[in-house]
Amino acid sequence: MGLSIYLYSVFSFSGLVILLSAGLMIAERFLINYGICKLDINAGEKPLEVEGGQTLLSSLYANEIFIPSACGGKGSCGHCKVTVTSGGGPVLPTELPYLTRKEIRSGMRLACQVKVREDIYIRIPTDYLNVKLFTSTVESTRQLTHDIKEIRLKLDDSQEISQRPGQYVQVQAPSPDGPVFRAYSISSPVYEPTAVELVVRLVPGGIGSTYLHNLSVDDQVSFTGPYGDFYLNEDPSVEIICVGGGCGMAPMKNIIYTLYDRWPNRSCWLFFGCRSTEDIFYLERFKDLEKKHPNFHVIYALSDELKPEEKWDGETGFIHLAVDKYLEHGIPRQAFLCGPPLMIEAVTRVLEEKGIRPDDIFYDEF
Amino acid sequence: MNETAAWVIFIAAIFTNNILLTNFLGMCSFIACSGQIKTSLGLGTAVIFVMIMTTMINFVVYHFVLVPYSLVHLQYIVFIAVIAAFVQLVEMFVERFSPKLYFALGIFLPLITVNCAILGASLFMIIREYSFMQSVGFGLGAGIGWAVAIVLLAGLRQKMRYSHVPKCFEGVAIAMVVTGVLAMTFMGFAGMVAIQ
Repeated sequence: MGLSIYLYSVFSFSGLVILLSAGLMIAERFLINYGICKLDINAGEKPLEVEGGQTLLSSLYANEIFIPSACGGKGSCGHCKVTVTSGGGPVLPTELPYLTRKEIRSGMRLACQVKVREDIYIRIPTDYLNVKLFTSTVESTRQLTHDIKEIRLKLDDSQEISQRPGQYVQVQAPSPDGPVFRAYSISSPVYEPTAVELVVRLVPGGIGSTYLHNLSVDDQVSFTGPYGDFYLNEDPSVEIICVGGGCGMAPMKNIIYTLYDRWPNRSCWLFFGCRSTEDIFYLERFKDLEKKHPNFHVIYALSDELKPEEKWDGETGFIHLAVDKYLEHGIPRQAFLCGPPLMIEAVTRVLEEKGIRPDDIFYDEF
Repeated sequence: MNETAAWVIFIAAIFTNNILLTNFLGMCSFIACSGQIKTSLGLGTAVIFVMIMTTMINFVVYHFVLVPYSLVHLQYIVFIAVIAAFVQLVEMFVERFSPKLYFALGIFLPLITVNCAILGASLFMIIREYSFMQSVGFGLGAGIGWAVAIVLLAGLRQKMRYSHVPKCFEGVAIAMVVTGVLAMTFMGFAGMVAIQ
């Protein structure tokens, strides 16, 4: 006996487990085989045929339709919302925390939780059909402040991205539980279609920002994009107001440079709120732009009290005070805000007092 | 060999030897899923089904595989593996053939894999040397007993939502106390029939 009983036990148990798994795999072949299902997007705009049994999100990814999703299909971010008009089955308890009652009534579901079991009809914003998966190489990285970095990605193999200012990409970042996606606004202007520049603030413990901050030149980065439903007003008489806070600079830079490439005389204001002088970045280049384009105005404001060694002759206080001080009432305007929720709330209130319609105020909250 | 009739074991497993209230097995899902009668009923039904099926399968596995090949010492992990595989299979079956049932019960099935009452029933069956019919009676009874207990607790917890529970007893604490009281009431059945 002795050792042999252990070997005997191990072998027989392994045999049993193998037998059980084989049985399960065979059962899976026959039971979870739903055959080929029809997947119809936007009432015939893009009819697909997919293998049944997978989640809607992975079926869409397999067909290169990239729905925004941050958690990688675990049902924990709630970003992958699509409208299922028929064939999705009832709403699952795992989806309920992410859907409002109104969304449930309109047929909205989380694509990562819906399994394709039969022919399924869904509606997604048309923009998602233009989203592509890009591979890129880090061209340069630059430390802008103590925790903000500018990362420039060159698209591989002469790919081109056709973005609108204010849109964002989803960068694929590795994590212990498989790849996850994190959204970052594109800061490079539209007329540079072969590159994507990001402005990333390091969040301690954050998966995406840690990954991006640790990149060095020539590293490979994959991302999907562009996403976002901001449309710049094409009427040159409409004034553009950009208000950013913290690191909410990326979309503004894109908007402003794209704007002055097309309409050199268009009126535009940039308000940017920082804490102290060490958080200031890009001020020099916007000052240069201000000299070139007389209708461009840039205002930076510091919210913390000045330390004795700091030199600052600009605005102080929270950024919505500066917005209130400089803008006149009643000019046709479109506004884009990017920053923390409290800033967005305060600035929105000021802008509405200045006569901007709520429909013309767009924001990215983080 | 145990001489008690199968139907006696069935009755006893529900009342005098309720697997939850006298052996305190399967407490984790008992506490976690007893918020509403509807969910507890779903979980209870799933437990009844899985319990009776796994006692039957494990009976066959034990007497026709483990005993002849002198592998009895492996019964614990073998039973767990069989239960896990069976639950997976049931999940696939239900998902395929009855989506409605799947949405009602399916989400509870993975929870049952790790429910110790299921493993406990299989082990009791071996310790008490039940025959096949007795095992079926015991499995069914134990399952129903567990379901009765969780539905009772869910009903009580729903009522308790409108009562003023002292702050320090809110939630799980009062649920444990109520479970203890429930167990004591079930002691009233003790002595009617004895199974061992």
